[in-house]
Amino acid sequence: MEYKFKTPLSESDARTLRINDIVYLTGTIYTARDQAHKRILEIISRGDILPIDFRGMAIYHCGPIVKKINDEWIVVAAGPTTSTRMELYEYDVIRTLGVRMVIGKGGMGLRTAEACKAYGAVYAEFTGGAAVLAAQSIRRVKGVEWLDLGVPEALWILEVENFGPLTVVIDSYGANIHENVNKKAYEKMSSILK
Amino acid sequence: MGMIDPKVIENVCIEIIRKAVIYLPDDVKNALKTAYDNEVSDVAKAQLKAILDNVKLAESIEAPVCQDTGIITFFVEVGASFPGINYIEKSIINATRTATSKIPLRPNAVHPFTNKNSGDNTGHFIPYIHWNIVDGDSLKLTVMPKGGGSENVCKFKMLTPADGIDGVKKFIINSVLEANGMPCPPTIVGVGIGGGADISMVLAKKALLRPLNKRSPESQIAKMEMELYNILNETGIGPMGLGGRTTVLGVNIEYAHRHIASLPVAVAFNCWAARRASAVVYGDGAYKVYGD
Ligand code: SF4
Repeated sequence: MEYKFKTPLSESDARTLRINDIVYLTGTIYTARDQAHKRILEIISRGDILPIDFRGMAIYHCGPIVKKINDEWIVVAAGPTTSTRMELYEYDVIRTLGVRMVIGKGGMGLRTAEACKAYGAVYAEFTGGAAVLAAQSIRRVKGVEWLDLGVPEALWILEVENFGPLTVVIDSYGANIHENVNKKAYEKMSSILK
Repeated sequence: MGMIDPKVIENVCIEIIRKAVIYLPDDVKNALKTAYDNEVSDVAKAQLKAILDNVKLAESIEAPVCQDTGIITFFVEVGASFPGINYIEKSIINATRTATSKIPLRPNAVHPFTNKNSGDNTGHFIPYIHWNIVDGDSLKLTVMPKGGGSENVCKFKMLTPADGIDGVKKFIINSVLEANGMPCPPTIVGVGIGGGADISMVLAKKALLRPLNKRSPESQIAKMEMELYNILNETGIGPMGLGGRTTVLGVNIEYAHRHIASLPVAVAFNCWAARRASAVVYGDGAYKVYGD
C-alpha cells in the first residue's frame, strides 16, 4: 500500500503501516545521528528540556551537506546514514519522546523493533545514497540546533514535501524485512559455507 | 626542465574530486541500469529507480551524488623526474580544503580523541595519500572519495594456509552476509589476498578502483571473480538489503605473494555510489582528466 502522511503522526497512523508499505511524508522532520541521539538522552536524564518537541515526529538518520547563502541554510544532499549506529539509543528515544517514525537505511535491531511494537512507531528506509533526490523534497531549513556537534551531527529541522518513497522496514507488529531477507540469505548459502 | 606551477596540480586535484563526487563512472552507471532491468520485485525496482533518478539529478544540478563524500583518499603515481614532486602533498591538502567549501563536500574528518570535526576534511594523515614512485616525468592522480557506510563493513582475517582458496571464498561470502544492507548494496566487493595484514587491505582497496568491465588478467582469478559474483547475487540480499537479485555489481580480486605461514584476506566494499576519478599531469604542465 502507498500512503501520504503529514507530521505529526498519530499512533493510529503508525499502526496502520505494515512492512513493504510505501510512505511519502509532508511536514517537519528532524535529523539526528549518533551524537544528537546521545545528547537527547543525556538532556532527558538530567530532567532538562529539549530545544524541540518530538511528539509524533519523524527522526531522520542523516548528516546533510549544507551551504549558507545570504544567511539561509540550503540542503544540497541529504541521504540517510546507516541506522544500526543509533540502535543503542533508539528504544529510549521512541519511548520518552513519542517519535512515530524513524527513517534511515540498512535496518535496525531488536530493541528498536520492540519499541515500535510497544509504543506505536515504525522504522522506514529511504534509498541509501539517493541524497540529491532526498534534498529535492526538502522545502526549507526551519532551524538547526547543536551545531557545536559539527554540521553532519547537528539537529537539522527540515520542512519536507512528499519526502519518499520511504519503505516501511520494521512495523509495529514485529515484522522486519531485513530479518526475513537475511534469514533466507543464510539458508541459501548454508550448503556452500559448510 | 622548469618547475610546474603548484596551482596546476592543485586545480587538477579539485577537478577530479569534483568529477568523482558528482559523476559516477560509466561502468558503474551501466551496471546499475542492467541491475534495474534484471530486478523483478517492486521493492528492489523502487530502490534502483531511486538510485538511477538520483544519479541523473546529481549530474543535472551538479551536486554530489551522495551526501557522504567520505574521507578523501588519493592514489599517487609519480614519475621520479616529475618537476613538482615536492608540491604534490601540499596541493592535495589545499585542493581538499577548497573542494570542501566550493563543491561543497561534507566535512567528515573528526579527531578520534576530542571528537572535534576539523571542518575542512583535513587532519592528521587526512587526506590520505598512497604513494607510488615510477619511472618518467608525469604524475597520475586518482581520488577515491569513499563513504563511511561501505567502510564500516570492511573485513580482515588471517586465515591459515590450510584453509586455502576455499576458505578465502567462504570468508568473502560471510563478509557479504554480515554486511547485509549496510554498505548500500548493490556493492562492488574488493578482495586483497596475501602480502600481510596491511598489504592485503591496501590491495582490497585498490581492487575497488578497477572498472567493472575488467576482469583479472589471470584466468584462474578471473574465474573466481565470476564465480563469487554469481554466488553473492544468489544470496537475495538485493538492493539496500531489502531483497532482490542484485547484491553485488562486481567482485575484483588482487593478490600478493603470501608468507609461508599465513594467508591474510581483506574484503573491502564500495557502495553503489562507487566514486573515482583520475588525471595525468605531464612534465610540461599539460594535464588530462580521465573519462572514468
Ligand atoms: S554507503 Fe555509499 S551510497 Fe550509502 S550513504 Fe554511504 S557513501 Fe552514500
